[in-house]
Amino acid sequence: MTPSIPSNVASRTTGPSAPDTSIHGTGETCLSPRVPLMSARSLVKTFTVGRTFKPGSGRTLHAVDGISLDVFPAETLGLVGESGSGKSTLGRCLTRLYDIDGGTLSFEGSDITKADTRSLKPVRRKVQMIFQDPSASLNPRRRVRDVLAEVLKVHRIREGAGIEERLGELMDLVGLRREYLDRYPHEFSGGQRQRIGIARALAVEPTLIVADEPVSALDVSVQAQIVNLFSELREKLDLTYVFIAHDLAVVRQVSTRVAVMYLGSIVETGETDALYARPSHPYTQALLSAIPQPHNRSRQGRILLTGEIPSPLDPPAGCKFSTRCPQAQAVCREVRPPLTAISSERSVACHFPLA
Amino acid sequence: MTVAKKPILLDVNGLTVSFATDRGMVKAVRDVSFSVHEGEILSIVGESGSGKSVTLLSLLGLHDRKTTSVDGMVAFRGRGILDLNPGELRRIRGREIGLISQDPMTALNPVYTIGWQIAEQIRAHEAISARAAKKRAVELLGEVGLSNPQEAVDRYPHQLSGGMRQRAVIAMALSCNPALLVADEPTTALDVTVQAQVLDLLLRLRKDFGSAIILITHDMGVVSEVADRVAVMYAGRIIERGETEAIFASPLHPYSWGLMGSIPPLTGPRLARLKSIPGIPPTPDRIGEGCGFAPRCAFARPACLERPPLRKIGTQAALCVLEEPERSALRRTVLSPEEFA
Repeated sequence: MTPSIPSNVASRTTGPSAPDTSIHGTGETCLSPRVPLMSARSLVKTFTVGRTFKPGSGRTLHAVDGISLDVFPAETLGLVGESGSGKSTLGRCLTRLYDIDGGTLSFEGSDITKADTRSLKPVRRKVQMIFQDPSASLNPRRRVRDVLAEVLKVHRIREGAGIEERLGELMDLVGLRREYLDRYPHEFSGGQRQRIGIARALAVEPTLIVADEPVSALDVSVQAQIVNLFSELREKLDLTYVFIAHDLAVVRQVSTRVAVMYLGSIVETGETDALYARPSHPYTQALLSAIPQPHNRSRQGRILLTGEIPSPLDPPAGCKFSTRCPQAQAVCREVRPPLTAISSERSVACHFPLA
Repeated sequence: MTVAKKPILLDVNGLTVSFATDRGMVKAVRDVSFSVHEGEILSIVGESGSGKSVTLLSLLGLHDRKTTSVDGMVAFRGRGILDLNPGELRRIRGREIGLISQDPMTALNPVYTIGWQIAEQIRAHEAISARAAKKRAVELLGEVGLSNPQEAVDRYPHQLSGGMRQRAVIAMALSCNPALLVADEPTTALDVTVQAQVLDLLLRLRKDFGSAIILITHDMGVVSEVADRVAVMYAGRIIERGETEAIFASPLHPYSWGLMGSIPPLTGPRLARLKSIPGIPPTPDRIGEGCGFAPRCAFARPACLERPPLRKIGTQAALCVLEEPERSALRRTVLSPEEFA
């Protein structure tokens, strides 16, 4: 999947605390055979919590804390992490459903960090999102036909009879019968509703789809159908995915590359098979070892982390994982390690990456 | 791991649960039988709507008596408990059978401290002072691995993280040292690293206190890690049961094959496509006497329209017409042998 990469782009992902002169507009990455479709540099998204009418009250929560990330054409980038890691917030920043508070975001080379609704419209045609809960993301009072046709009309993609034809195509693509166009969302099962959510995202013929936990609300047997649908659609339509999920087995199944998040930062990125086989960050290693596996009943080698993910309101000093890390040393509690390339395919934010 | 030598603690025979609905009586659980031995972990797995939670609630007498009819026989320590009156049941529930529910936020009362809630349960079953009950609550919270039980005991549920809340619920279930713990999806709401901690805790409880555990889950990974025996439910029936090792090594029922094929592997070569099961599980009002899985089963035949026979092989049993050697041949078409070596 991944072509070999010249060493000059090995440092394409750099941590927030490292000076990022090497990435900003140097054209370095553009010379490589792989031009990113979407690029985030030191992206920050904050929320204010506990604000009252008193001026200056409230505390700032860094949900996305200076993330740099590239999404390359035709890849599926899996974004994994536990709840509170900021993966959904990052997904919503990438689709610009959220305003971005710091750093830059570019899509196909143009800066969309501050783009307003009007200038975002052409971007929305190319970047779509699929949400976790298909029941909550569909209007219960509108038929599938209306839900899908609205997208076509807003973006002026088809007109007249062309709309009907496209609606049929979309239903075929996601494996639903055309007759179902006249049904309401409540008449479908969870898996079918998620197919409708996927059809809505596909309606504008996007190049990039950000899917936020698209299968986690589904039962195993139905989940497998939808996971397969994602694979089929990617092959058929040359799609690029950012696939956000907490289920590491599902992410392994669909992703070509994986980024592991912890408390608003990326702690490791790498090619899927290599990352799962040899994690470099102690958190990735612990996360993988925590997953109960049907095909491997031995609990040996399991790393049992103590405690839970700390509050993002009050992240630990130094490395954010240092409070739970079995390998943590003094320096880890003082200096935050930047995300650094350790090979052409792997970046890790750790002072003592695992061999 | 086999503990089948020990005496039977809970014996469920022919449990059938029906709900009164607009469309008449609907059977959510059909003729379910299983037993739990002392100190054993039995896992009931199934997808949503398979009847696993209803089975559990009805055998504990926690169903709505106005709209639900429960038939069959449930014996706890040899004593039938389905016909007990609410007062008699209350003496068993909480003291001899502890319940751990899925969502610790709804299992806890938000306006009382967790220490108060644990003490309340202890005092409901034992004549002890409030002070002594609170002391026990602190001990229990320490027992389930809260790092600072002295402080945690005076906290309200919203002040605790999800994992801590689930530990508090487990502490409450343990408060009277029950012989049987019933856990309904105890780790589903938790992150994977916290889930690992809670599963470890359950295994430790079994070891230290000899509690038997009925673990309801939809996660085959969780089953494989902690269960001694497994019962797979589909459309209101236990379609397959047996010892965990045997079920994972050679599942008998085509639904079990589909369930295992649907799980993406975490190691080894990646599959181009998962072996998903087509279609969706039926709603209880659409299930007849025949095999509930037949409409989705690639190997269904006319005989499947009738009540499927119970076939036993070693420690396993399945409700399916398939017989050897055809069964093994068909299984190989779904699951490659190296996946289940």
